[in-house]
Amino acid sequence: MPQAQLFLTCLGDQFYTRTLQNMTLLLERLGVEIVFPPEQTCCGQPHFNNGFEREARQVARNFLRAFSRSEAPIVGPSGSCVSMVKHHYPELFPPGTVEHETAVEIASRVYEFTEYLVHVLKVTDVGAVYPHKVTYHASCHYLREMGLKTEAKTLLNAVRGLEFIPLTEEETCCGFGGAFTVTYPEVSRAMMENKVRTILASGADTVITCEPGCLMNIAGGLHKAGSSIRAMHIIDLLASK
Amino acid sequence: MSETPTYIGFETYTEHIPPSIPAAVQQATGRFVGGRAARVAELPHFEQLRQIASDIRLHTIENLDFYLERLAEQVTAAGGHVHWAATAEDARQIVLDLARRHNVHLVVKSKSMATEEIALNHALEAAGIEALETDLGEYIIQLAGTGPSHIIVPAVHLTKEEIAAIFSEKLGIEAPADPVELTRIARQVLREKFLRAEMGISGANFLVAETGTLVMVTNEGNGRMCTTLPDLHVAVVGIDKVIPDWDSLTVFLKLLARSATGQKLSTYTQFITGPRRAESEFGPREFHLVLLDNGRSNVLRDPLGRQVFKCIRCGACANVCPVYKNVGGFAYGWFISGPIGAIFAPQMLGTPVARELPYASTLCGACAEVCPVKIPIPAILRHLRRRVAEGDSLAPATMPAPIRAVAKLSAFALAQHWIYRLGARILPLVMSIFRRGDWIPSAPYPLSRWTKARPLPPFTAGFRQWWQKRKTGL
Repeated sequence: MPQAQLFLTCLGDQFYTRTLQNMTLLLERLGVEIVFPPEQTCCGQPHFNNGFEREARQVARNFLRAFSRSEAPIVGPSGSCVSMVKHHYPELFPPGTVEHETAVEIASRVYEFTEYLVHVLKVTDVGAVYPHKVTYHASCHYLREMGLKTEAKTLLNAVRGLEFIPLTEEETCCGFGGAFTVTYPEVSRAMMENKVRTILASGADTVITCEPGCLMNIAGGLHKAGSSIRAMHIIDLLASK
Repeated sequence: MSETPTYIGFETYTEHIPPSIPAAVQQATGRFVGGRAARVAELPHFEQLRQIASDIRLHTIENLDFYLERLAEQVTAAGGHVHWAATAEDARQIVLDLARRHNVHLVVKSKSMATEEIALNHALEAAGIEALETDLGEYIIQLAGTGPSHIIVPAVHLTKEEIAAIFSEKLGIEAPADPVELTRIARQVLREKFLRAEMGISGANFLVAETGTLVMVTNEGNGRMCTTLPDLHVAVVGIDKVIPDWDSLTVFLKLLARSATGQKLSTYTQFITGPRRAESEFGPREFHLVLLDNGRSNVLRDPLGRQVFKCIRCGACANVCPVYKNVGGFAYGWFISGPIGAIFAPQMLGTPVARELPYASTLCGACAEVCPVKIPIPAILRHLRRRVAEGDSLAPATMPAPIRAVAKLSAFALAQHWIYRLGARILPLVMSIFRRGDWIPSAPYPLSRWTKARPLPPFTAGFRQWWQKRKTGL
């Protein structure tokens, strides 16, 4: 039986309990034994992306400790957090050090959820049923840092009853950007409102993203706009029966 | 006209953006993005060309002294004069001296970002010399009294109605909001000036070291007039614009117009090697090349940051940047805007002046995806954020102390999992005070900066308990 370590991500941990439960149940249903390292906190991306490299290193050390206890692959519901571990952890520690080696080793076995499904488990149909009109927002780090262009759509394509509606400017940032939302709130708002406008115009009743950050932003924006369009993490859609 | 700023307040600017600016910018850039995509799709080797272009630019800026010396030799051999300007003030003085020596009263200018950088028009005007911009966009913003808001489309932020109003007010005529008619009016004014001007000032897209050739890529033909009609041609060019040879030029010419406007080639590609050689030839009698450093040598010390000088000024990064498209070019406070401006100004002016700019990005990476010379813009943004937050060998930290304290405290809490877990138990309780139904419509500072645009989902933090229950229940 394959094992996977659950990487909650701090946004998932704080805001998306149901998504994490669904992720656990889905993976178990696909025959994966879940390992949950309780010492995990945050990946340190907020510090890294805002120029606080020393602080990011501190947080990363905790992550490396937490996930080194098992040799199982690490799976998280966020392309952005996974990219931090996969691409930026090795940069955080000088080559030749033990920490660098650990970072490189951990980076080699961290996967974003849809990536893990499609490329490791080789599953593209999880048997989900969702008879709705669904559109999709391609999250920036998921798309550009992780290079995941087709995985989410492949999984959505296999869902029974789902009608896929392409989103205008699907690959344009929704304005989340982590601390960006509080650093430049007016710019973030304008970008979010553009994204919401395209979603409203799509004719879909559900919008999917693979990123807790974009989800918070888009769901909040839709609510503010008085829309009943549901914003969902792809995991929650794939858990629908 | 852009003066060198002393502090760039990106946030303050973005709090009050006239809605006409993003509307105009999004319309224009949308056209460029579509055009670019079509041209890229036609060219099967586009990715390979980008890599070659990136390699050539990197090689050139890493061996800049060699290529600049070669360029200077070749320009001189072709009968031109080379001037080295260490600072903006030096460059202005060189141009003013030339103007005085030739008894110049009227200067016609073709589009040049280097002269925006050194605020040359102000210096000329202060010396009693009329300087007229002849690129239509530059002419418009000169009339409006502002700097450019886009690298290649300086007046991109203005609608045709606004331009008509500017023409009517400044030229004292009845100008209709019709692009063809507005162009005709501008042409009428400019033609007469071209014939009278004693000096033409230009920039350059490239300087070919191999032959000392200045290359200009334009669409309006005004560049040719400026560089051929007056007896004196002065080009003001940043030292980063040099390329090794004509073979490399072919690579950049394939990439530039495609990336910029979505054209295969721009309407005019002009090659200038020295002044006229014989009385029977056309063209200026004297050609002067002012090579502008203005801090570039200092930036070259930074192995990652200096990649900003790979830039060939196509503006593709701005055209796809969701931040730029919502704030316009003036938010960046200096003559180069958009993502490239966000990594240019903080290095050229220093982080004390431009520390807000590296943060003016969600790090979405759209810019790096289209950059024809593969400048790692997100990586340089992070690098400059590090300079702002922590300081490095080039500059001390400039991030306000309270933010640094928050970063330190939060990192400490996140590095001790028991503190984090304790917080995850307390936070939902505290935040439940602000919860209304399924949302937190307004949260206390600093989350209030989030909730002023959209509500926050409630803090649930319930997974760990669920997992624990399930484990013990099984």
